[in-house]
Amino acid sequence: MAILVIAEHDNKQLRPGVTNTIAAAVKMGGDITVLVAGKQCADAAQAAAKIAGVAKVLLCEAPHYEGALAENIAALVLSIAGQYTHIVAPASGFGKNFMPRVAALLDVQQISDISAVESADTFVRPIYAGNALATVQSKDKIKVVTVRATGFDAAGAAAVAAPVENLAPVADSGLSKFIGQELSKSDRPELTAARIIVSGGRGMGSGENFKLLEALADKLGAAVGASRAAVDSGFVPNDYQVGQTGKIVAPDLYIAVGISGAIQHLAGMKDSKVIIAINKDPEAPIFAVANYWLVEDLFKAVPEFTRELSA
Amino acid sequence: MKVLVTAKRVIDPYVKVRVKSDGSGVETANIKMTMNPFCEIAVEQAVRMKEAGVVSEIVVVSIGAQQCQETLRTAMAMGADRGILVETADEVQPLAVAKALKAIVDKEQPKLVIMGKQAIDDDCNQSGQMLAALLGWPQAAFISNIAVNGDGAEVTREIDGGLEKLSIRLPAVVTTDLRLNEPRYVTLPNIMKAKKKPLEIIKPDALGVDMSPRLTTLKVQEPAKRGAGVKVADVKELVSKLKNEARVI
Ligand SMILES: Cc1cc2nc3c(=O)[nH]c(=O)nc-3n(C[C@H](O)[C@H](O)[C@H](O)COP(=O)(O)OP(=O)(O)OC[C@H]3O[C@@H](n4cnc5c(N)ncnc54)[C@H](O)[C@@H]3O)c2cc1C
Ligand SMILES: Nc1ncnc2c1ncn2[C@@H]1O[C@H](COP(=O)(O)O)[C@@H](O)[C@H]1O
Repeated sequence: MAILVIAEHDNKQLRPGVTNTIAAAVKMGGDITVLVAGKQCADAAQAAAKIAGVAKVLLCEAPHYEGALAENIAALVLSIAGQYTHIVAPASGFGKNFMPRVAALLDVQQISDISAVESADTFVRPIYAGNALATVQSKDKIKVVTVRATGFDAAGAAAVAAPVENLAPVADSGLSKFIGQELSKSDRPELTAARIIVSGGRGMGSGENFKLLEALADKLGAAVGASRAAVDSGFVPNDYQVGQTGKIVAPDLYIAVGISGAIQHLAGMKDSKVIIAINKDPEAPIFAVANYWLVEDLFKAVPEFTRELSA
Repeated sequence: MKVLVTAKRVIDPYVKVRVKSDGSGVETANIKMTMNPFCEIAVEQAVRMKEAGVVSEIVVVSIGAQQCQETLRTAMAMGADRGILVETADEVQPLAVAKALKAIVDKEQPKLVIMGKQAIDDDCNQSGQMLAALLGWPQAAFISNIAVNGDGAEVTREIDGGLEKLSIRLPAVVTTDLRLNEPRYVTLPNIMKAKKKPLEIIKPDALGVDMSPRLTTLKVQEPAKRGAGVKVADVKELVSKLKNEARVI
């Protein structure tokens, strides 16, 4: 058994879900090789070499791996796929984009977004917005799997760093061209890596009012998230969205403010350790998953919460 | 140019899904079904492009049971010109969806395929990327904008850190994210008109592709329930609970 994990990174550092993905690969059992492909990403490769469970790192650098275009990353993975029994990547925007391409070209049915590993060929994955958990078995020769980071505790540091080898790039497919990215800038922790998240919904009323949540988040060292309604209303950028079709998070503390608790939102946060909800509606469905809930107007409760933490 | 869109029939997103007691799946009998929301966005996009004069014909495809005809009629009431149903009562997994669609694309030769990013029942998020791969076409997944210019298109994708812009060659496959558009409601006159639009039914055998499932579902369970929480009287009590009971701050 030999497992290839494709690492997500920003050339310097690995993205938060990579260590969890490696932890999932460890559970599948077998030698783990990590592929780090990018423009100038040797630092990220060195970081991957220091994660427990990693036997080898493949570093592949070329200008056309900037932006991780699905066509190019998939072609690179395919160039070495035959040596592996499992090909694994995080079920993030990165993994979701290119992994199905790899699977289709290998004539394999991908197993998306696994939250547990039962054995080398059997996995658990949420379906219907997490309303059900399916245990599925793959008959394919190579298992192509994307991993839900919140299902696995991060792998630790290795005692000895694994060797880093160079891998030859595959020619640019020329099918698509990366033009650029507009990344939301923030000094706060990233949603998928934060220990505490403060999320706002339609109840916030405006983007301006999110400042109330930011003040609270700053006191807690928290990230800021949102419901789809808050994103669709233009209060905050799209990458704040938590839920079935946004980000899946499971922080130690999730604070839902002015969020009703639709199933699609719960799908993205109900595995958080502690959930608190602030909502003026005593019947809000979010209370069903909350450890503590407060029925109050958020415009009164949130500033008071921030003040109370300063006291 | 000709556009192909896909429309999957799924359980309505606002229905509470229940796991069957024998663990074989979820209850589907007598449950409200609808077009997958991301497919509605795909159909809407195609219709807007036709209204803008960029698209000349919209073909909508659904794969599944006979009742998918209703889903196709809805898409045609929104503005699609004709429908194709690949009729099968069997389970169809994304690789099989992509293979069936490839066979149809080979015949129809559209310049653009617009699909949903994800079916809200299986939550797989695979079929569009797989189809692009099988065709050897470029892909743009999770788009929130598309502008076609001649033989290419410029697209904006929703990515984890914000937005990304790509230019892709056509023909291509794109998949829709939530912010691409807001689908229109179908009107009664358009529902009537849609009844007269052509709807072709094809059996999987006729496509010459193997659509058998590769994954076996061993069981389907309900997720663990969270323990009952407590209501707090005010912010002071909330903070005290967080500090002294939950110990998370
Ligand atoms: C295909 C599909 C995918 C989806 N994906 C997602 C997803 O990924 N993530 C997601 O979040 N949603 C998603 N949704 C949308 C979801 O169904 C809900 O519509 C959405 O989560 C509602 O957001 P909300 O709770 O902010 O708004 P609402 O449901 O409108 O709730 C607002 C809440 O704020 C409270 N409130 C208002 N004013 C105050 C005040 N002054 N003080 C205190 N409380 C107040 C109200 O009592 C109410 O409970 C999806 C839907 C579909 C169909
Ligand atoms: N049975 C189907 N019929 C029509 N379109 C489908 C079908 N299955 C998947 N699709 C399309 O592929 C997209 C992604 O589905 P999935 O990969 O299952 O998450 C959906 O949003 C649909 O547009």
